[in-house]
Amino acid sequence: MSNSTVPSGRGHGTEAAVGGGRGKEPVAVVGVGQTKHVSARRDVSIAGLVREAARRALEDAELAWGDVDAVVIGKAPDFFEGVMMPELYLADALGAVGKPMLRVHTAGSVGGSTALVAANLVAARVHRTVLTLAFEKQSESNAMWGLSLPVPFQQPLLAGAGGFFAPHVRAYMHRTSAPDHIGAMVAYKDRRNALKNPYAHLHEEDITLEKVRSSPMLWDPIRYSETCPSSDGACAMVLTDRAGAARTPRPPAWMHGGAMRSEPTLFAGKDAVSPRAGSDCAADVYRQAGITEPRRQIDAVEMYVPFSWYEPMWLENLGFAKEGQGWTMTESGATELDGDLPVNPSGGVLSTNPIGASGMLRFAEAALQVRGLAGAHQVEGARRALGHAYGGGAQFFSMWLVAADPPTT
Amino acid sequence: MTPTEAGQVAVVAFAQSRHERATDGLSEVEMLLPVLRDVLDETGLSAGQIDFTCSGSSDYLAGRPFSFTMALDGVGAWPPIAESHVETDGAWALYEAWVKILTGEAETALVYSYGKSSAGDLPEVLTRQLDPYYLAPLWPDSVSLAALQTRALLDSGATSERELACIAARSRAAAADNPHAQLRGGPDAGALLEDAYVAQPLRTHDLPPVSDGAAAVVLAAGHTARRLASQPVWIRGMDHRIEAHSPGVRDLTRSPSTRLAAERAGLFEPGAPPVDIAELHAPFTAQEVVLRKALRLGEETAVNPSGGPLAANPVMAAGLVRIGEAAARIARGEARRAVAHATSGPCLQQNLVAVLESDGPAEDGPAEVGPAEDGPAEGGEGA
Repeated sequence: MSNSTVPSGRGHGTEAAVGGGRGKEPVAVVGVGQTKHVSARRDVSIAGLVREAARRALEDAELAWGDVDAVVIGKAPDFFEGVMMPELYLADALGAVGKPMLRVHTAGSVGGSTALVAANLVAARVHRTVLTLAFEKQSESNAMWGLSLPVPFQQPLLAGAGGFFAPHVRAYMHRTSAPDHIGAMVAYKDRRNALKNPYAHLHEEDITLEKVRSSPMLWDPIRYSETCPSSDGACAMVLTDRAGAARTPRPPAWMHGGAMRSEPTLFAGKDAVSPRAGSDCAADVYRQAGITEPRRQIDAVEMYVPFSWYEPMWLENLGFAKEGQGWTMTESGATELDGDLPVNPSGGVLSTNPIGASGMLRFAEAALQVRGLAGAHQVEGARRALGHAYGGGAQFFSMWLVAADPPTT
Repeated sequence: MTPTEAGQVAVVAFAQSRHERATDGLSEVEMLLPVLRDVLDETGLSAGQIDFTCSGSSDYLAGRPFSFTMALDGVGAWPPIAESHVETDGAWALYEAWVKILTGEAETALVYSYGKSSAGDLPEVLTRQLDPYYLAPLWPDSVSLAALQTRALLDSGATSERELACIAARSRAAAADNPHAQLRGGPDAGALLEDAYVAQPLRTHDLPPVSDGAAAVVLAAGHTARRLASQPVWIRGMDHRIEAHSPGVRDLTRSPSTRLAAERAGLFEPGAPPVDIAELHAPFTAQEVVLRKALRLGEETAVNPSGGPLAANPVMAAGLVRIGEAAARIARGEARRAVAHATSGPCLQQNLVAVLESDGPAEDGPAEVGPAEDGPAEGGEGA
């Protein structure tokens, strides 16, 4: 862009003057922190919960509160705790006093969107180091009924999200002729992966495929063991610029692409099984990151799978499997921790679901994989990983692709 | 894409609803739709041609979770759009969109926000915004907290009840020319002071009206802004800061977060032209006194020529309206430089400051862009 007719470069509100010819500032993840996720953290307040995750992210980055320029925080609907705009009260606990603090809310995708908004602050050179955090403390209230408040003249959501998504799962099974056992395979895999993740909520040591398949039917065809738990938990990341990454003690994860896409909840012609907003969002991320063959070029995926069947559904939506073939990929074992495309090595949303944080956990776990810091659930040699989140009526999507190497442009 | 420099993002269109005490016959999306149509019409763009969309609203006003998803129907997000949402005033949605444009990932952005305060008892609803363990159980409502702040300011000698009544009278008199305002015109300060107290030391005139309303802004970068508007209004700088939450640990007579945000936004830049107008998100009269001091505003600055939030206070949109109103006046040639302010939280806990400027005579574009009155100044009639 030429500067001939635009105003002179007098601009304020950014840490550094932005050069006309330079590209975006590369964004690095240098700190990741999360709480141990459980059904009820009665030992801490909401402030105590978020501070625990934030402190762990800062410790990972070996930074102090004073090194943070801004805080970007996200969570799902305020009714889940019964606190309106809780970020106002959390400013003190997150060291944000005197700093900018921004609250994002994009439904279930919010954890991912929040990270992307934070990343943009670095990419635009508005700030150099940003703390981003997402949380849910579901034990403060009741998320299922918080989701189900009756609204006059609008289609009710009935009892929670499962009732909304079960017909979409059934439509996928019908469309692809997928056999009944695929969902149970996903749940069995994710719950076993969770055993390798000390922060995961569900640690079902005695899990078997048969136990999943014989668990009670909740929302046909979704069984109890194929659905996500209700968790208290928080996840935080420290994002920084190239100079910050150069100083960091542990390997950074570099952001190579990030995007959000939204479409309306309900409309004639909507593909509820494979929403276009999801495939468009993935295509945008792949374009930014130079990914042309996702299955071959991406080493690990943390995708938002709150109900087991969403793994094969998203495999197709994200371009990892041909249409109708997602379930065969799952059935083949390709998405196991030792498969050629491990999906949810952390155990995923099926094992841990502090709703607002669930998307950020996907983004953060993807970063841990390419940093080589995922511990027992590390995917051997992971260089590129995708973090994926979705929300609302399968209508809000946010994704990022992170890599061990910095972007070349 | 090449990033856009801070200072090279402009407001190219603004629209707002007629703010009313209660829009019982309208859903939120019905209230919003005409405003979105108006703001896009000003630029000639369709929703699909906008690179990024960001909105601000609150589930607690709507009384339901995910209330913003219905508003998306008003945008017409098909094919899918790049879109985000903040759970606060739309001024912060505008900030997120501004950052997105600075990255170079977007050249245009649609920002909107809305609130139907009439759906509940607003002061009671706002008590749920307080520290859930130590403050919210006491149910101190927004009026009571404003009364504490006003009392602190009166006790410090920084203002008087007469000055506050003058602020109220001036605001509502200014709103007489604003077709979108809810309280337009009214008694002078002397008459106002004869009223009884609502919550000492506040009288009715010190309080904002309870309003339903919506607003929308289109932002654009550099050359795109010039193509879309005859008089783009440049955001020279923007910043926001938050303070400690508990009113008990803050000096309520000062607003250090506003001062810092203004510094960062370049308001006090040496040699800058004077600030012609200030649109301040001060729902209670005493808060204008606090903000004037924080922003170092003198007699040369006209404060809230639109009438401000004392004339119309659609919660979640009122901050975005300040930016829009300030930009509209600059686009109409009534001002060269303006400061717009938005607030969130109890007693001005969080504050955003944007510095807006016209090009100035030296940088005026060629004449073919058309007269200023065709610019993006006219807000839509909306609902």
